[in-house]
Amino acid sequence: MSFAVARGEVAALLGPNGSGKSTVMRMVTGYFSPTAGTVRVAGVDVGADPLGARRRLGYLPEQVTLYPDLTVRRYLSFVAGVRGLRGGRARRAVDEALARCHLGEVADRLTGKLSKGYRQRVGLAQALLGDPEVLVLDEPTVGLDPVQTVELRELIRGLVDRTVLLSTHVLSEASQLCTRVVILARGRLVAEDTTGGLVRRLAELTRLTVRVEGPADAVERTLAALPGVVGVERTGAETPGEAAFVVLAPDPRPVQRRLAAAMVAGGWPLLELRASPPALEDLFVRLVAAAGGG
Amino acid sequence: MRPFVALLRKELRSYFGSPLVYLVAAAFLAYTGYYFHSDLVYFLTFGFGVNIMENFWQLLFMDVRLVLIFAVPLLTMRLFAEERRLGTLELLLTYPLRDGAVVAAKLGACLVVIAALLAATLVYPAWVYHLQPFALTPLAAAYAGLFLLAAACAAYGVFVSSLTDSQVLAGFLTSMPLLLLWLLSWNEAAIGLSTLPLLRAVSLFNHFQPFAVGVIDLRDVFYFAWAVGVFVWATLRVLEARQWRAGR
Repeated sequence: MSFAVARGEVAALLGPNGSGKSTVMRMVTGYFSPTAGTVRVAGVDVGADPLGARRRLGYLPEQVTLYPDLTVRRYLSFVAGVRGLRGGRARRAVDEALARCHLGEVADRLTGKLSKGYRQRVGLAQALLGDPEVLVLDEPTVGLDPVQTVELRELIRGLVDRTVLLSTHVLSEASQLCTRVVILARGRLVAEDTTGGLVRRLAELTRLTVRVEGPADAVERTLAALPGVVGVERTGAETPGEAAFVVLAPDPRPVQRRLAAAMVAGGWPLLELRASPPALEDLFVRLVAAAGGG
Repeated sequence: MRPFVALLRKELRSYFGSPLVYLVAAAFLAYTGYYFHSDLVYFLTFGFGVNIMENFWQLLFMDVRLVLIFAVPLLTMRLFAEERRLGTLELLLTYPLRDGAVVAAKLGACLVVIAALLAATLVYPAWVYHLQPFALTPLAAAYAGLFLLAAACAAYGVFVSSLTDSQVLAGFLTSMPLLLLWLLSWNEAAIGLSTLPLLRAVSLFNHFQPFAVGVIDLRDVFYFAWAVGVFVWATLRVLEARQWRAGR
């Protein structure tokens, strides 16, 4: 896979769980070294000059792990020291990071006693220390409650003049925060586009919600085999004996006709067939399905 | 240098911020104090109070060795195992810090604690000296030997700690082989006469013996330095192998 994030751009690495997002990010941070190929951070080759690359990079891992016996301020001072800041500069950087991530009121609390939302903010604060040009944020909002999620997104949106690569499996997050999206499935890059481009591609599709009384596997095979269908996703059925699907098609009319006929031919009563504009998730499902993943 | 110092300070803070180091220190001083007392009694009754280096200090340092075997694993077991368990190692290794600096800072902090423990035992010779002055240089050699021995054990402990995320396992796997080496050092002949020279050459504790009587042999110094180097090197290889160990 090959992709680049331009200076000052916020790009999302998107993919289902297990698609290789974290591995890519760990290669960017230099924690893993690639078996082949190169990674450059702000123009510095991670393999050739790991320290130079790491100096230009702030990283928020998927599991924000802090030293529970340090207070927030002490922890950030430690990170500032490790990042080569000293004395007054280190203190200023820590104060700035505390203020920026709204951590003032917990600055003297032990990190082990913080809520998940605060821990995530401390994680972001440590990534910002030393003013790195590039930020790598691995699933920054995973596990947060809705309020914390919104707050953290606000924080990330406030990071101007920085190159940000963030990973997520939530499309709405990518479309809210990022200008560009790189989609991964099973360790391969399946699509790379601007968020606007993705929305345009999406406009070409219609989403059909289908509910049928019948065996889910057989129905799914039949649906997938219909001409004009580009994606089938099974959704949770409410009642036993029923199967529910989302079917994607560029031109819905003929598909709707064929679909109804196929269900009748199979002897499966059709309970619902509804066309609606697609969600961003649908495109994602389609791309991942096309790559043989998902 | 600055990142190394920051990490060293953090490690020292973790040591002195946790109760474990004080418990280890209390036990260390209690046991060495007991040995001091009993060896002194032995010296006065059976050594007739002559040749203090051979008949008293040597015995004491041989006994302190054993206390170190129990103290050092308790000090090293946390170093990497806890970072692994908490998951903080990943972030630590993505800071602009060489792996070597990480290992050096952790081992360095541990050696500072060990040096402090040994320094606390200086009370015993100071007290004896106050009652009856004796030659101090051989004693200094013995202390240097104890420190080198502890450094080699600590480097081994750091290595073991880097292999697991369980502190208990790290502590166990550090103390058991050390105990075995210690047992071998007082009855290595039981293993078999043919292997005796080999056992003597590799045994950590045999290399300490000359120090205990006040002799610094450069070969022994090199032996301990070599042991530290080997385990630091091995720890670095373990850290390097992270991607094959991540397994997900």
